[in-house]
Amino acid sequence: MKIMPCPLNGPRNISEFVYGGEVTSLPDVETAPDKEWAEHTFYAYNGTGVAKEWWYHVASGYWFIAERHRVTDQILRTYDPSEDRTLFPAAATTDAAAATQPSAEAVKEEITE
Amino acid sequence: MPFGLLKYGLSNNYPFEKDADLPPPTALKKRYDVVIIGGGGHGVATAYYLAKYHGITNVAILEKGYLGGGNTARNTAVIRSNYLTSDGVKFYAESVKLFRDLSNEFDFNIMYSKRGQLTLAHTDAAIRGFRQRTEVNKHFGGKTELIDPQQIRELVPTLNMNPGHQPVLGGLWHIDGATARHDAVAWGYAKGATQRGVELHQLTEVTDVIVENGKVKGVKAKQGSAEHTIECGIAVQAVAGHSSLLAEKAGFRLPIVTYPLQAMVTQPVKPFLDPLVSSPAFHCYVQQTGRGELVFGGGSDPYPLYNSRSTLELKEQLLAHAVELFPFVANLKLMRQWTGLTDMTSDYSPIMGLSPVENYYLDAGWGTWGFKSTPICGKTMAELVATGKVPELIKPFGADRFSEFRQVNEMGATAASH
Repeated sequence: MKIMPCPLNGPRNISEFVYGGEVTSLPDVETAPDKEWAEHTFYAYNGTGVAKEWWYHVASGYWFIAERHRVTDQILRTYDPSEDRTLFPAAATTDAAAATQPSAEAVKEEITE
Repeated sequence: MPFGLLKYGLSNNYPFEKDADLPPPTALKKRYDVVIIGGGGHGVATAYYLAKYHGITNVAILEKGYLGGGNTARNTAVIRSNYLTSDGVKFYAESVKLFRDLSNEFDFNIMYSKRGQLTLAHTDAAIRGFRQRTEVNKHFGGKTELIDPQQIRELVPTLNMNPGHQPVLGGLWHIDGATARHDAVAWGYAKGATQRGVELHQLTEVTDVIVENGKVKGVKAKQGSAEHTIECGIAVQAVAGHSSLLAEKAGFRLPIVTYPLQAMVTQPVKPFLDPLVSSPAFHCYVQQTGRGELVFGGGSDPYPLYNSRSTLELKEQLLAHAVELFPFVANLKLMRQWTGLTDMTSDYSPIMGLSPVENYYLDAGWGTWGFKSTPICGKTMAELVATGKVPELIKPFGADRFSEFRQVNEMGATAASH
């Protein structure tokens, strides 16, 4: 059994989780050309290093980020999306309580796959 | 004979048979007209057709392991063309036709065995989908029928018609469905190619692709600790499972994500299962090999990884489904299990043809549908190398389709996962 250390539920069997694709940021909806959208949609990271990925705990409906090595399958770090400064620059600054509860829309927007 | 044996027994040199299927290894040359990276089925098939139809024999196949030892040896050897899109069906149907004559053509038995392939429908929606696939298949010359439960019972009397409270409502009966020995396909092509002068270099890993002014100039390769720089006019990459990594060395990215795919085989039993049976709803397919073993396969792993490790979860899930379909196999013991790497594209079609680098051709994105396309892939890639023009049959599969939003949505690609 492979264990996923869930930031919300603690260590759980990985079969309780669904892989949700690479963590990327959405191109500018108003201005991005088709080429950039194609890049965003189809060209995911496929190297042999550490990838930053969305994972979803099905039973608790909780999305989080995991940093996982794509060769050894080692999960190096998992954390709540609010801790990611590239996704939520404001949330990571002061209000720690608010930061643990990211708005559902904000998380959803980033889930692209 | 006994004296000959004694002589070899006392000699330091390993004797090379005069009529061996493959010639002894030679030293790498400085330059080849064509370098094929990857000595799996696709690579050697490309070399074979280059030599046979186009007279191009100054060709080197560079293989980092041994001939056909990568994903060619790890698939479940299913040959079929019951796909969904017209582009897909045309392409795979051509491949199925070529497979039939390969044993004769090679003078080497690939153990081709036409069994028919049966895909089960457990819902009305699946029946509707199958009806469409039947018509597309017939239109492009394939032999596919939509059959009812009674016909299924006659074809596979041992099948549980009411598995897991999801009764079998009908089936897609693909009469052209077949299987063959996957290693032998690679060996046969290699034999034919090397007889015509192609060089096969095993244990030769390509470490870099040399590109100058957007044009491929050669490759760097490693044999043990020896480094070689090999010039070439044209290079073809056929490295299923590592396509993204090699492309990166050539300086571009591919719209591929690599997932492991696990399969397994049981101890041999008496023949009872003639057709290849698959159930998309149960994410599982089952077939009996010529030796009597049952092969179980399913979809790719649930998340990307470059690792041929094995997981108990996937085996339990897959076998639980297989046991629903054939309850009496529950007591069989598994003999082997293995994992291959599948280069998945988002539309379940391959990436073939031109690349951003001039004279560097792609044969990638073979996900879970690579083995069955080996002959046609070799033939069309050879034509591309020889003429520099992308053959009609593979035009829809160009890498540029992703940036132009004209994907070939092949939902019939994996018998198991849709």
